[in-house]
Amino acid sequence: MTGATDISRLASDEPLVEVAGITKYYGERRGCEDVSFDVYPGEVLAVVGESGSGKSTLLNVLSTALEPTTGEVRYRLRDSTMRSLFAMSEAERRVLMRTDWGFVHQDPAQGLRMSVSAGANVGERLMAVGERHYGRLRAAATDWLARVEIAADRIDDAPRTFSGGMRQRLQIARNLVSGPRLVFMDEPTGGLDVSVQARLLDLLRTLVADLGLSAVIVTHDLAVARLLSHRILVMRDGRVIESGLTDQVLDDPAASYTQLLVASVLQV
Amino acid sequence: MAEREAENDMAEPRVTLENVSKSFVLHLMGSTRLDVVSDVSFSIADGCCTVLGGPSGAGKSSILKMIYGNYRVDSGRILVRDAATTVDVATAAPRAILRLRATTIGYVSQFLRVIPRVSALDIVAGHGLEDGAANLARARTLLRHLSVPERLWALPPATFSGGEQQRVNIACGFMALKPVLLLDEPTASLDDRNRDAVVELIEDRRRAGAAIIAIFHDAALRERLADDVVDVTRHAAAVKETAHE
Repeated sequence: MTGATDISRLASDEPLVEVAGITKYYGERRGCEDVSFDVYPGEVLAVVGESGSGKSTLLNVLSTALEPTTGEVRYRLRDSTMRSLFAMSEAERRVLMRTDWGFVHQDPAQGLRMSVSAGANVGERLMAVGERHYGRLRAAATDWLARVEIAADRIDDAPRTFSGGMRQRLQIARNLVSGPRLVFMDEPTGGLDVSVQARLLDLLRTLVADLGLSAVIVTHDLAVARLLSHRILVMRDGRVIESGLTDQVLDDPAASYTQLLVASVLQV
Repeated sequence: MAEREAENDMAEPRVTLENVSKSFVLHLMGSTRLDVVSDVSFSIADGCCTVLGGPSGAGKSSILKMIYGNYRVDSGRILVRDAATTVDVATAAPRAILRLRATTIGYVSQFLRVIPRVSALDIVAGHGLEDGAANLARARTLLRHLSVPERLWALPPATFSGGEQQRVNIACGFMALKPVLLLDEPTASLDDRNRDAVVELIEDRRRAGAAIIAIFHDAALRERLADDVVDVTRHAAAVKETAHE
């Protein structure tokens, strides 16, 4: 039984995201090829594979940082209409990224503004959607710092002065404050000490379940995938070679490569 | 009409396995094929306890894992009746299986999977379907019933003894009152007193109408609880003989 079994919110039968035949080539080199899947509301999908498997390319296409060579990504807006992401205007996509989506980078420096205060980092997305009231911004920042277990007296400090784990937690608060429906995470626990990692995983698990978020998490760590995700895609050489229920893929891997991945995990 | 529906409910099995076969192909060992079970068929109604028998390695745990959707099914059907519909776990989409687990199938595996930093009490309460306070109350009742010392409740179970972890695991499985309960050697590492505590929980669930499919290594327990025994090895062998005719 995984930590991600609370799926009472998976009641909706309409996907939030439909990925259809995504292929991305960098010149001659293949990033990913013919990837298709759906993400449903409240569902956490893990994309696993080794470096170079195409999982980061896929995440960058989904989050519209990269345009695919062929294929389509459709997203259900809050009014329930389905829109093709790459048919939307740049401005429409920017609004989506600021309000409906979050992106948690492996390196918090990429997702934070390192020289402004923690409170301003959290408040920025709210300001972007029109909140100007200082008291309310401050209150939201205070609330979210507490939720990610950052002491209230650090609100005016810049993340430059934070540890790696704190920075990552701040990045999560910055992303979740605007109530996104879909969060992309690229190796969110990579590069952290194990005890710091455990704390972050526990936090992510709780937040994702409490908020009913959909998430696509790219990770090479199968333990992270098991703890956080409902469903898993295994990628190799740009292709999805196996997919299914997370515990089924990890406990009864069918593809030769997945068996190798599962067998290669060190047991403590 | 309502009466007839109730009657149908009684008569219609809760879980049905039809010609279920499963093998593993070990790609890392020269694609060795391991046949786990072949052609297993049985069904179980509400309020009954079916015990899977057969020697260790016969595939008993694998059958439970297939019913739970944890192992894939190579061929055959596993029909589980939900409140509204009947789901074939062998072919169901991941979401349908997750929904079935959330509403219908409870499972006590042999080992507790701990979550870093989460206390025993919260792990158990997290398996409840009620609101937070009701879940915590039931979690406390279960942990007390299973004699998990109260001083351990606030601690993550990673450092608990095997027996303590197993009892936390059992408490998780009995939190939500679901119509199907799968039990994989729930008493394996328990002393007599705790074994009796688990038997009480099982009997309660059966009285309440749950369909229980269980593996017990203990013959006395099998005698006491089983309405039906499915001998996994003999069953498969018998079917093979018929197939040869």
